[in-house]
Parts: sequence; structure tokens; C-alpha cells
Amino acid sequence: MELLQRFAAGDLDAFEVLFRQHQKQVYARIVRIVRDSGTAEDLTVETFWRIYRSRARFDPGGNFGAWAYRVATNAALDHLRKSRHEIELPADLAANSQPDTAVQHQTRKRIQIAFAQLPAKYRLVATLALIEQESYEKIAEAAGISTTLVKVRVFRAVRMLRKKLAPLHFERDAKT
Amino acid sequence: MNFQDDKDLRDLLAKNIASLEDTELHRDLWPQMLERLDQQRPARVPWFDWALAVLLSAALIFFPGAIPALLYHL
Repeated sequence: MELLQRFAAGDLDAFEVLFRQHQKQVYARIVRIVRDSGTAEDLTVETFWRIYRSRARFDPGGNFGAWAYRVATNAALDHLRKSRHEIELPADLAANSQPDTAVQHQTRKRIQIAFAQLPAKYRLVATLALIEQESYEKIAEAAGISTTLVKVRVFRAVRMLRKKLAPLHFERDAKT
Repeated sequence: MNFQDDKDLRDLLAKNIASLEDTELHRDLWPQMLERLDQQRPARVPWFDWALAVLLSAALIFFPGAIPALLYHL
């Protein structure tokens, strides 16, 4: 019997093989969204738990990697929904290692907080499109939504950020 | 909708929120996965518990007179 068929039938050894084949890609996907390695490890396990639980619904002729990618994106999105109000961001979010002036530090902090306060579904697409520079098509496939909806969500996320960060723009414009 | 005019905002974000460079998984997560699977598995009843239950049931069926004594000792 083929690996995917054995997995769908509940074979734990087949699941282990698939886990080891895909854990790195799933982790990389999640860490780009949640931006914290510990949380990403927990969510990787959560993703594979969801996959194992719904193995009976998996079509052995289908693409396991694409399915895992989608489940991982949803697990990360669920995490963003739960942690939306925890605006303390992980340290690895800072853009460069150069020391900040007090004003730069304050600006950076405001941008990070504004970003963290975005609703989860907007934060997901904004992180992937604006920070990780992923294509709209790739985001759409992973999130299980249309490319048009991804574009709309990015547009709305940008509008929300603009609103929150309007004073910063004025400061910038005044300086130039 | 114009999706091109967000370049300045993209620049601002890029300057202040970095794209992750290290997305590599540094350890095998299979042991955690096994723990998770074990936690979710229903607790197994040891075989001797089943044997005891069978013996007790048989005793009560064949010697119903023992029921009051059993209840007394419970």
C-alpha cells in the first residue's frame, strides 16, 4: 500500500514518515506568520495533530504538502486570533541591529504595535504580502481564499495601518 | 482600488519590521508529536482489571447470596 493510503488508514509509521518529510516546511510557514520560534514549534505539532485527526477525510490521491500548508496557515491564523490583544511583540521582529535613537525606537514601537493590532485575517495577509513579500497567489492558495480576497484584505490592512500611523507620515513629510 | 500607492507604507514596514531570515527548524518535533498523540489517546484499562471484573460478575451470577455480603463490605 502507498504511503498516503497507509496514512489515511491510520498507520502511525506512515504518519511519522510524512511528519518528518514535511515538518520543516510547515514550521517555516508558521514562523513567518507568528514570528516566534517557540510558538511556531507548538503550532507545528498542533498542525500535524489536526492533520492526523482528519486523516480519514484526506484523499490519498491528493497533495499532502499543499494540504499541510493550508492546515498550518489556519492554525497560525487561529493563534493570531487568540493573541490579538497581546501586543507585546517578539524580539526578532526588529528590522535591523543598529542602535536606535529614542525617536526611532518610539517610531518602531508604534509601527509594531499598529501592526500587531490588526485583526488576525488582515495581519496574516499583511505579514505575508508586505513583510515576507509572498505573491498574492501563494497566499491565496495557503489561506484557502481567492486571490481577489487576498488583494482586498491587503488593501484594507494598508488602509488601517495608514489610519493608525497617520501622525508618523505627517512627521516624515514635515521633515522632508 | 489602487494597490500601487502603498509603496511608502511597505517601505516603512520593511524598515521597521524585518522579514525573518532564520526560518529553519533546529530540532526534530516528532517526540512532541508522540506526546500529543499519547495525551489524546483514551486511557487503556489493564487486562487484570478486565479479568477481575469478569470474575466478580461470574461470582455474583453463580452465588447471588454473596451480594449482601459484598454490599456490606463496600
